[in-house]
Amino acid sequence: MDYNVLIGGAAGQGIDTLSYIIEKTLKRCGLYVFSMKDYMSRVRGGHNFIQVRFGDKPIHSHDEKFDAIIALDEDTVNLHSKSLKPSGKLILDKSISDNDTYLSFDFKAVAKECGNPRVLGTAAVGVLLKLFGIPLDVSHTVLDDEFKGDVLNANIKAIDAGYSMAKQIFNVPLGKKDDNIYISGNEAIALGAIAAGVKFYSGYPMTPSTSVMTYIAKKSHDAGIVVEQVEDEISAINMALGASYAGVRAMTGSSGGGFALMVEGISLAGITEIPIVITEVQRPGPATGFPTRTEQGDLRFIIHSGHGEFPKMVISLRSPEDAFYQTARAFNIADKYQIPVILVSDQYLADSGVTVKPFDFTKVTIERHISGHEALENGVYKRYKLTQSGISPRIIPGKVEGATVLIDSDEHDEFGHITESEDVRVKMVNKRMKKFKLLKEEVQEPLFMGAENPDILITCWGSTYGPVKEAVDMLLKDGMSVGALSFGDIWPFPTKLIKKYGKFAKMIIDVEQNATAQLDSLMRENALIKADEHILKYDGRMMSSRYIYERVREMTRSSSLY
Amino acid sequence: MNTAFETYETAWCPGCGNFGILNALKDALTELGLKPHQVVIASGIGQAAKMPHYINVNGFNGLHGRALPPATAINIVNKDLKVIIDSGDGDTYGEGGNHFIHAIRRNANIAHFVHDNQIYGLTKGQASPTTAKGQKTSLQFDGVILDPVKPIKLALTMGAGFVARSFSGNYEHLKKMMKEAIMYDGYALLDIFQPCVTFNKVNTFKWYNDRVYELPDDYDYTDLDNAFKVADEWGDRIPIGIIYKVEKPTYIDNISFLKDGPPLVDAKLDPMMAEKYLDDFR
Repeated sequence: MDYNVLIGGAAGQGIDTLSYIIEKTLKRCGLYVFSMKDYMSRVRGGHNFIQVRFGDKPIHSHDEKFDAIIALDEDTVNLHSKSLKPSGKLILDKSISDNDTYLSFDFKAVAKECGNPRVLGTAAVGVLLKLFGIPLDVSHTVLDDEFKGDVLNANIKAIDAGYSMAKQIFNVPLGKKDDNIYISGNEAIALGAIAAGVKFYSGYPMTPSTSVMTYIAKKSHDAGIVVEQVEDEISAINMALGASYAGVRAMTGSSGGGFALMVEGISLAGITEIPIVITEVQRPGPATGFPTRTEQGDLRFIIHSGHGEFPKMVISLRSPEDAFYQTARAFNIADKYQIPVILVSDQYLADSGVTVKPFDFTKVTIERHISGHEALENGVYKRYKLTQSGISPRIIPGKVEGATVLIDSDEHDEFGHITESEDVRVKMVNKRMKKFKLLKEEVQEPLFMGAENPDILITCWGSTYGPVKEAVDMLLKDGMSVGALSFGDIWPFPTKLIKKYGKFAKMIIDVEQNATAQLDSLMRENALIKADEHILKYDGRMMSSRYIYERVREMTRSSSLY
Repeated sequence: MNTAFETYETAWCPGCGNFGILNALKDALTELGLKPHQVVIASGIGQAAKMPHYINVNGFNGLHGRALPPATAINIVNKDLKVIIDSGDGDTYGEGGNHFIHAIRRNANIAHFVHDNQIYGLTKGQASPTTAKGQKTSLQFDGVILDPVKPIKLALTMGAGFVARSFSGNYEHLKKMMKEAIMYDGYALLDIFQPCVTFNKVNTFKWYNDRVYELPDDYDYTDLDNAFKVADEWGDRIPIGIIYKVEKPTYIDNISFLKDGPPLVDAKLDPMMAEKYLDDFR
C-alpha cells in the first residue's frame, strides 16, 4: 500500500501548514510518511507545492504520480492534473474550476461559515482525509497542537465540514501504534548536534541551511546553547573557531555561496588544528544559482575547500536518521583529530520530512579528547607537540594553571610561535598529514544494497540514497541482478567496497544530482574504477526512484545485459 | 628574565612604535594582578598582530581582519578569561571593517587595542584606512584620494560604551588607558597612535608628540555630544584619553544562562538530556 498526494498553490496560501496537518495526521495514524517541498525563491505568489507519500512500510523517496491533489490555485490544476493516476482525484474550490471530473466544492462559503476566510484550505484537507478514511479525531490532535483560540475553532469547524462533504474512496490500513517520529534532514542535524553537546552555533541565514540554526536556536535556552546570527559567513566560521578554541563544541553551517565565504576559515582550522563541524546544505550553483532547489554540485569544492594541504573529513548525509548519528559522530572525529569535519547535505534532504524510528540517544557518545596538567612537560605546554600520531595533546585556555595555549595561522613551531624554518615547516606538514592517514582508517565504507555480486552496480552518494534504494528494490522485483553502493563518508575516499564490487559488475551506473559525475571522478582517482553509464540530473529537481528505475531499464535494454 | 609575561624575540623594526605598546601591555597586565593563563590575546595579521607571540598569555593569532569574531566567541564561552585584541588599523578598519561594526553591537567583553600607524607596514607602505587624504605612499603615488576612516567617530556612532585613544610614545598614559579598557565591562576600543618608523615618514613620533594632548581631568566622558566634538579634533591638536565611557549591558548580560550560570565551557554534556526534544517530532 502506497499513496501519494500533492498540495499546490501560491506562496502565502499556507501550503506549508496544510501539508503539515496532513503529514502529522497520517503519521499519528501509524503510517509511514515522506514529504518533499518544491518552492520558489519569493515570499508571495509563484507556484509552490508539497508532495506527501504515505503507506504501511518505510518510505525513502518521493514519487511523481498522484492519488489526490489539493489545488489552491489554477496553476496547480494546469501543472499537475496530468500527473494524477487514473483513479486519482483533484480537490479544489469551485471558483477555480467547476469541471465535473474534479471534486469541486464551495470551500469559500465553508470558510465564511467558519468565520475565517483563511481556513478554506483546511476544509480541502478535510475532504482529502475523508477520501483516504483517515480518522478525523487524529487531525484534531494535530490542529490542537498548532493553533489556539478562535483560529483553532475555525480550523476544526473547517476540517469537519470538509470531511462531511466527501466520500471515502481509498482503503488505507492504519497502523496499530505510532512509535515513530516525523523529522526533516535539517532538524535531524540540529538534534544530532544538540545531543553531541554543541554549545555554540554561529551562522548567517541562507536557504536551505537555515532551519538547522533555527531548530538549535529554538532549544538554545533550554539546552544552554549560544546561537549567534552573524554579519557574514566569514564571521560565522571564525567565531565558531574561537568558541572551539575556548573549549566548547562549536558548529557553523551554510549553503554553497555562504560556504564559499567560509573557506578561508576552513584553512585556518586546518593549520591551527582547531576542531570544528560545518554543515554544507547544497543548493544548485554557481553563485546564487537556484536558491530553493536541490543539487549535489559542491562535492569536489567541499573536498578541496581551503588553500594549502591539510587533513579534513567530509561526510555526506543520506537520510534524517543518518544525519542524526553522523552529526554526533562528526563532533567526536573533529575532537579526536583536531580537524574540520564537513557534513554535506542538500535541499532535498534538508526539507524532506520522513517517518523514522525514534533516534537512540544512548548510541550517542561524547569523546572530547581534552587533556589537563598531564599534557605539560616540565611545566611547559606545547600546543603543537610533535607526536607519533601527529595528534598533539589539547588543553583548554585558562583551565590549566601555569599553561598558556597559543594557536597560529602562520606556520609555527611546537609552541605555536611563528617560524620560517624549512625544517619545522616540513615537520609540521608531516605532523598534520599523519592524521590524514589515521583518518583513512576511520572512514566508513559505503552502504551496500541489493543482490550479492551484482551484474549491475549503481553508485551514489548522500541524499540519492532513498531514491536509489527504492529503485534497486523495483529492479530486483523485475529479476535483475542489481546492487548499489551508497557513499556516506566520502573524504578520505573509502576504496575497499568499490574495488570489490566494481570487479564483479558488468556495468557500473553512477547516479548523481549534478552535471559532471563528481563521485565517478573520485572513484577513478582513488580506486581506479570508472562508471560505464551515468544518470545525472541537474534541473534543480530531485530524481525519483521511478526515474532511476526507468533510466536503468533503458540502459540495460540497449546493452546486451538484459 | 623569567617574569610572568616574559618577552620573546620580536620581528619588529628597531624603534617601532609597537615596542611601547608591548611594554605598556605587560606592565598593565602585571599591575592588574592577572596571570598568563587568565588572559587571551586575539589578533589578525600584520606586525601588530604578532603581539601574542611576544608575550606569555593564551593567543589566538588567526586571519587577516578576523580577530573580533573569535575574540567575541572566546568571551562568550569563557567569561573568566580576559580577552584582549591587539591588531592594526588595516586589520581592524579595513579587512575587518564589517566585524568592527557588528562587534560594537554585540558588546562582548573585549579590550580592543588598535595599533594605528596610518600605514601598511607588513606589505611595505601602502595606504591604510586611516592614512590622511593626499598622503603619498608606495602605492598611492599621487596621494590618497579617499577620506580616511575615523575610528573614534565610527565607534561612537555605533554606540560603543568605551572609546579611547592613546599614544605609544606616552608609556604612562597608554598603560593607564589599557588598564581602563581591560577593566571595562563590554567592548572597549583603544585606538593607539603607533609610529611606523620605516614606512610612514609623515606620522612620526615627533609628529604625534607635537600634537597630542591629554584630555583634562574634568573632561566629562559621559557626554556623547561632547565626545563627538572631541572626536573631530584633528590637526595641530589631537586629544588622547577616554573620550567616551558609559555602562551598558554586555552580550553575556543579555543571555540569562550565561549571566547567572557558570561559564559555557564548564557545561555538563549528556546526550540523554536532549532526548526529550524527540517529542517535537511525535
